[in-house]
Formats: sequence, C-alpha cells, structure tokens
Amino acid sequence: MVTRLVKRIYLYLIFMFLYAPIVVLVVYSFNQSKSRGHWGGFTLKWYLELFKDTEISRALYNTIMIAILSAVIATILGTAAAIGIHDMKKIPKAIVMNLTYLPVLNPEIVTGVSLMLLFVFSKAITRIGLGFFTMLLSHITFNIPYVILSVLPKLKQLNKHIYEAALDLGATPFYALWRVVVPEILPGILTGFMLAFTLSIDDFVISFFTTGSGVSNLSIYVYSMARRGVNPKINALSTIMFLTVLILLLIVNKRMSKDNSHAKEGVK
Amino acid sequence: MKRTWYSYPYLVWMVIFIVIPFLLLLFYTFTVNTDKGLMFTLDHIKRLWDPIYLMVLLRSIVLAIICTIICLIIGYPVGLILASREYRSKKVLALLFVIPMWINFLLRTYAWMTLLEKDGLVYTILKFFRVPNPQLLYTDQAVVLGMVYNFLPFMVLPIYSVLTKLDKNIIEAAEDLGANYITILKRVIVPLSLPGVISGITMVFMPAVTTFIISRLLGGGHYILVGNLIEQQFMVVGDWHFGSAISFVLMVVILVSMGIMRKYDNEYEGGAIW
Repeated sequence: MVTRLVKRIYLYLIFMFLYAPIVVLVVYSFNQSKSRGHWGGFTLKWYLELFKDTEISRALYNTIMIAILSAVIATILGTAAAIGIHDMKKIPKAIVMNLTYLPVLNPEIVTGVSLMLLFVFSKAITRIGLGFFTMLLSHITFNIPYVILSVLPKLKQLNKHIYEAALDLGATPFYALWRVVVPEILPGILTGFMLAFTLSIDDFVISFFTTGSGVSNLSIYVYSMARRGVNPKINALSTIMFLTVLILLLIVNKRMSKDNSHAKEGVK
Repeated sequence: MKRTWYSYPYLVWMVIFIVIPFLLLLFYTFTVNTDKGLMFTLDHIKRLWDPIYLMVLLRSIVLAIICTIICLIIGYPVGLILASREYRSKKVLALLFVIPMWINFLLRTYAWMTLLEKDGLVYTILKFFRVPNPQLLYTDQAVVLGMVYNFLPFMVLPIYSVLTKLDKNIIEAAEDLGANYITILKRVIVPLSLPGVISGITMVFMPAVTTFIISRLLGGGHYILVGNLIEQQFMVVGDWHFGSAISFVLMVVILVSMGIMRKYDNEYEGGAIW
C-alpha cells in the first residue's frame, strides 16, 4: 500500500515537472503586468498585439505553406520510393535503406549545415538564393525518410497475391497499384503524411540554416525573439501553438484508436 | 513484376540533397583557399585540438553525460511505474508523457526562461524563502535542467515499451522461487530491460551533445557548446572550412557511437547503418 502511494506521488511529481512550465506559460500569456513576478490582472492585450504583428502572420503563413507542400511532396515521393524499395534485391535495398537512415540518425545541425553548403554552392548555377524555396527543399528532404519508414512495414504486411489476382483479372499494373495496393497501405501513407507535417511545423535547426534573410517560420521567429529575453507576446503565441498541437493530437489519437479497433475486428 | 523504378525519383532526390551536401562538407573540411587556389589540408581538423576548442567539446560531452545520467535515474522508475500493471489507465498516462514532446522544442525551452529569469516564478519563490540572490538563468545548471526537461521522454518511452513487452511469467517464476522484489528487480527486470535503457541513453545523449538552442537560450550569449561553435562558425565568423570540420567530426563521433550502441541492442532488427 505504501509503495503504491510512493509510486503515485512520484508519478505526479514527474508530471508536474513536465507540465508546470507549460501551464505557467499559458497563465502568464493572460497577465496584464509585463514583469512576471506578480499577477497584474487578466488581459488579452498580448493576443491582440500578436494578431497585429505582420511579421508573425508572415511567419505563420510560411510555416503552414511549407508544412503542407513538403508533407504532400514527401508523401508522394516517399510512397513511390517505398514501393520501389520493397521490390529491390537484397544488396541494393540495404544500400538505399542506409542512405534513408542517414538523415534520421545524423545530427540535425550537420544536415542543416551541409544543405546550406549545397544551396550556397549551387546559387551560381541555379540563381536560387537562400529563402522560402530552399527551406521547402530541405523540409522535403528530411521528411521523405519518415514517409518511407512508415509505408514500408505496411508493404511487408501486404499479401502480394491480391495484386497478382488483380493483374490476372485484367487490371493494368498501374490500375492494380492504384486500386489494390494503395488502399491497403493507406494507413501507412497517412501516418507518414501526418508525421511529415508535424516534423515540418516543429523544425527549427534545419530551417535556421537553410533560410535567407527576411524569410522565417514560427520557430525561427520565436528563437530570434527569445534570444533577446522573455516577451509576453511569445507566451500568447506559445499558448495558441500548444492548443493547436493538443487538438491535432487528440484528433490523430482518436483516428488511430479507431484504426486499431477496426484491425481487431478484422482479426476476429 | 518489378517496380524498382518507382524509387528512382527518390534516389535522384537523395543524391542531390543528401549525398552531394555530404561531399561538399567533406570538401570544405579538407581544403583551404591559398594564393595558388584550393589545396588539400588537415589544418581544420588539427585546429580542433587547440585547447579552447577541446574544452568546448569536452564541456558538451560532460554536460550531455550528466543530462543522460539524470534522465536515467529519474526516467527508469517512471518507465517501471508506467509499465506496472496496477494502473488500468496506463495508456492514458503514457500519452500524457508524450504530449509535451509534441510541443515545439523552442517553446518548451522558452517556458523555462520565463520560470528562471530574474523576477520569474522560481526566482520569486526562492526569494520568498530568503535564498540570497539566486542566479538561475544563464548557468550550467539551467542548461542541464533544460536538457533533462526536453529529453526525459526519450529515456522513458523506450524503457517503458521494453518493460510492457516483458513476459510476466518470468517475474512470477522468480517470485515462486522465493526472490523478493529487490532481487527480482536486480536479477530479472533490469537485465531484461537493458535494450530499452541503451536506446534511451542513445536517444538522450545524441541530441544533448549537439543542441545549440538550449545552451543559447538558457545558457546565455557567452555560452559555448559544440553546437553553438558550429553555428557561430557559419553564421557569425563565416569560416566555413572550420565549421565544416567541426560538423564532420561531430557526425563521425555520433554515427560511430550509435553503431557501437546498436551492437549491444538486442531489439535491433537490421536495416540501419552498419
């Protein structure tokens, strides 16, 4: 009984440690007084200031545009790649998979720096300066491996005779792929897409090195403001971002548990 | 019916955006601009042996080790408790542990800035208890705290997932054979959970060594870890050759230590590097 109580208290303490800073941040975003030592009354003025800030709305636009575009492109390229890799022979497969794991395992800062070298080096030929487009290319690059890694297991589970059956019944290879294989691996594709989307929204380090002056996403904006010290506007921004993540996560979780219950019914 | 060609666009993409940048990094690491044009050199690598830079490297490693140890000490019991079967709600608890991970890394670090700064909440509380002039922000402790806060879930989750897969019959067998809880923990649970511990250590140590955000925000402007050093070389000093050299060394160190760690990881199922 006592050990159970101790365990419970320990767990609560850890959760307090994890959540207290976030709660404090949210509470302070409504604090009238700019000094955070005391409570100066409830206010929404930091939120108002936030919405008036054009720099923030531009950063938000960049973040969302890049997240959507990079997730869509990475999902298409990654799914096609996974289908191809799945059919490869052992040795080419091992080589390609090692290449795929490289950006996942490599320290982010090294990936960011080497991409920056590429963009600056190629500027003479392509005339593309560091900015929105280079940031997008980098995001696609670090997203593709995650899509591949979530689609490949689904392909392994796939019964390949279904595809062959579709061919025997007269479907063209592409039609069979589109109508038979893709629906079967769709959960993996969607997981990959969601993963790519969230990773892109969350990314700071790689964006930081591959963007040019004037183009920033939310993370870069927060960093450049936080470097100068605490600012109530960031509190307000954090609160909004936190709530968005929480809602997204709840939706995803509901979806996943629905998927699981379907899977269980299938087994029965 | 081979469809290997489906992967060709991806392969082209990866060659352009992973292989070529890596070769460029190598190129910058081993060349120097002289009057006679580009020359091969090992000077940039040798420059890292300068005591100033060695200290930076050492400091990064020491702080990362401290952070990893703290995460292990705090995190192992959490994994153990979460995995124990007394809680029917353990899925919810595990989810509660994951949620903070999905919040932007910068915001989590920034949250500690608000708490630790002068006139922040922790400062005010310490003042209330008459702690004389507490300096909280911009210290080693603040950096380690930020690291532990950010990376603790990376330690807990692998341990938790190994422990939930643990065969309960083994523990019962040990109980039947007369072992008390401490013995079971020491002789059965801990040895069997080692793969989780090892991947936890890897997942905490690697990002802790390379971070430059935590050290910049919680350690202040003067604070230099190896991540900050790289950032500085590229963004402030503009010495790309030296910056590349540090990145290259960091990459080699990380990939090699990861390879070594994986050798001890029983759960490992192949496919990755090495």
